Amino acid sequence: MKNYTLKHLQELESESIFILREVAAQFEKPVLLFSGGKDSIIVSHLARKAFWPAKIPFPLLHIDTGHNFPETIEYRDWWANEINATVIVKYVQDSIDKGRAVEEKGIHASRNVLQTVTLLDAIEELKTDCAIGGARRDEEKARAKERFFSHRDEFGQWDPKNQRPELWNLFNGKKNMGEHFRAFPISNWTEMDVWQYILAENIPLPKIYFSHKRKVFQRDGQWLADFDFMVKKPTEIVEEKIIRFRTIGDITCTGAVESTASTLEEVVQEVAASRTTERGTRADDKRSEAAMEDRKKAGYF
Amino acid sequence: MPEHQTSNINDQTSGYLEMDLLRFTTAGSVDDGKSTLIGRLLYDSKSIFEDQYEAVKASSEQRGEEYVNLALLTDGLRAEREQGITIDVAYRYFATPKRKFIIADTPGHIQYTRNMVTGASTANLAIVLIDARKGVIEQTMRHAFIASLLKIPHIVVCINKMDLVEYKQEVFESIKKDFEAFASKLDSIDINFIPISALNGDNVVDRSKNMDWYEGPTLLYQLENIHIASDHNHIDCRFPVQYVIRPMSNEYHDYRGFAGRVAGGVFQKGDKVVVLPSGFSTKIKSIDTFGGELEEAFSPMSVTITLEDEIDISRGDMIVRENNQPQISQDIDLMICWFNARPLQVGGKYMLKHTSRDARCMVKEVAYKMDINTLHRIEDDKTLQMNDIGRIKIRTTVPLFFDEYRTNRFTGSLILIDEATNETMGAGMIV
Repeated sequence: MKNYTLKHLQELESESIFILREVAAQFEKPVLLFSGGKDSIIVSHLARKAFWPAKIPFPLLHIDTGHNFPETIEYRDWWANEINATVIVKYVQDSIDKGRAVEEKGIHASRNVLQTVTLLDAIEELKTDCAIGGARRDEEKARAKERFFSHRDEFGQWDPKNQRPELWNLFNGKKNMGEHFRAFPISNWTEMDVWQYILAENIPLPKIYFSHKRKVFQRDGQWLADFDFMVKKPTEIVEEKIIRFRTIGDITCTGAVESTASTLEEVVQEVAASRTTERGTRADDKRSEAAMEDRKKAGYF
Repeated sequence: MPEHQTSNINDQTSGYLEMDLLRFTTAGSVDDGKSTLIGRLLYDSKSIFEDQYEAVKASSEQRGEEYVNLALLTDGLRAEREQGITIDVAYRYFATPKRKFIIADTPGHIQYTRNMVTGASTANLAIVLIDARKGVIEQTMRHAFIASLLKIPHIVVCINKMDLVEYKQEVFESIKKDFEAFASKLDSIDINFIPISALNGDNVVDRSKNMDWYEGPTLLYQLENIHIASDHNHIDCRFPVQYVIRPMSNEYHDYRGFAGRVAGGVFQKGDKVVVLPSGFSTKIKSIDTFGGELEEAFSPMSVTITLEDEIDISRGDMIVRENNQPQISQDIDLMICWFNARPLQVGGKYMLKHTSRDARCMVKEVAYKMDINTLHRIEDDKTLQMNDIGRIKIRTTVPLFFDEYRTNRFTGSLILIDEATNETMGAGMIV
């Protein structure tokens, strides 16, 4: 008899496509949260596969902190066109101007937390009933407890101790007015799976994932990119380094690593040999042991 | 168009693409060494990263603990760390050159039966931990029963803390005998026994030097090599329609594709099929994916099927083979695990999800409740409270197309949902 088994990346792909179709079937106005990072790129790539030959039946939503790498924005518009998807952009700056959010002060100031305000406002304005995200359970310990279909109350809050059980492939997306869901189709993928899949599928990525020369300064053992809005201590000296980014987020809290990996193959090799996690380069997770749990409870991605 | 970096090599011959996937579950309570075992598997397979280890080490020191507490790696929520217990199912990932593993790490105490059931629902294998000093206890039987009820195809019984019984073969053999006696009451499953010490690493990843008498595989070897190809049903063709794809574009003007995940059997292009509930017969015209047409599709592949004839088909319908059809009925017998603080109401109405079909149902009766520690049927108290498991009868508003859970986990399972709060109330296995 033939061997009817899937390789693990095929099985993960099949699971993610199933989740994406389930979202389209169970919800009226989903959006796909798109940051320009590799995880949201993968989710949009999977969405293209899930609904082909039809268009992806929901728009991409980008919450722009105003502190995005220009390469990310350029990539976003190119990729959306490539996969024939609609993009909606909402700006954290607008939330600040309207007095809905207050800019943080000091050298650790970041708009990372403020994104939650803009995101929840956008969800309300667009009447979004499900926001699809690229979070993975292997990233962070609070995310390890996340469901594929994750319920949010009318305040956008996550209640981790009272989550709906998820069994087999039965997903309960039922909700009352004003509530919404977050769906995480690549929950079961690891960082390595993502990179191997990008390699196998030959998915184009923003340039800043690859080695390049950049003006950076060191803080808490991390290399941060130097932009004019970055507040530096007098001791923090800007120098030029050959670096790349392992994750793509807000400039103020995304650390770079020194690397000469300039092709996908080299990046995969580097990830395979790495002894630290990619979230280790994220200052937003280092605020406290439960930093991610607290942000997620408030409605973060 | 900006230059975005892509790879020139499409198909790497690296081993990573040749790995398959094993999902397993572990159940355990405080002190039985479950966290240590998982920590050991992750640590010895080099799946713990330095920053994770450093973070755990720092927390351990701050809490005044003498050793690096690997349980802090698996306990993700603030409340879990504070109380030192696992409350919810946590998923962990590791890989060896042979396989990728997903661990559903669940708490083992009776009040968390629902979490164990959840973790078990997608697992190919269950690890049941026994403390060598205590032998088979109630909790062991509970874990084994849940594994058997949820039809996890393989069980590995790890007799742990062998170091504390001087690595004696008699202790191992006697516990094995006790477990086998009990397991004979369970539905036949593949059971293996391994004597280990999670703390010292005996027979976890490396062979123990302290137990020459044991000639079987180590735990990791077992996990890497257990045969999982036959865990899916490849005989009874079942394709629940999940979503209808209609591109409405010039290029695909008349395209109507039925998207879904194969729940059983092998579908081939040209197969004669029947669509339920309409009963219309037709043939498979194509099996489509973004990457191109396929000759055949099997469980658990996500594909899109097009048919030769134009038939009205929507989500919740099922494509099957003419000479191999599921049961069709509105009266269904279930084993159910109850998840909610509000007990199951006989005569109560619930929403129901089964494959891609939504329906409503009424609970007709509770036949009996299980004592999940002894496997006895309780016939005088039929109230199903949270974490209880029992046998019930329901009547649905529309017919369901189903198989017994024992022959197909996808077409044999359903969940009940509260009509007011939308909470998932129970998980049912059709008998």
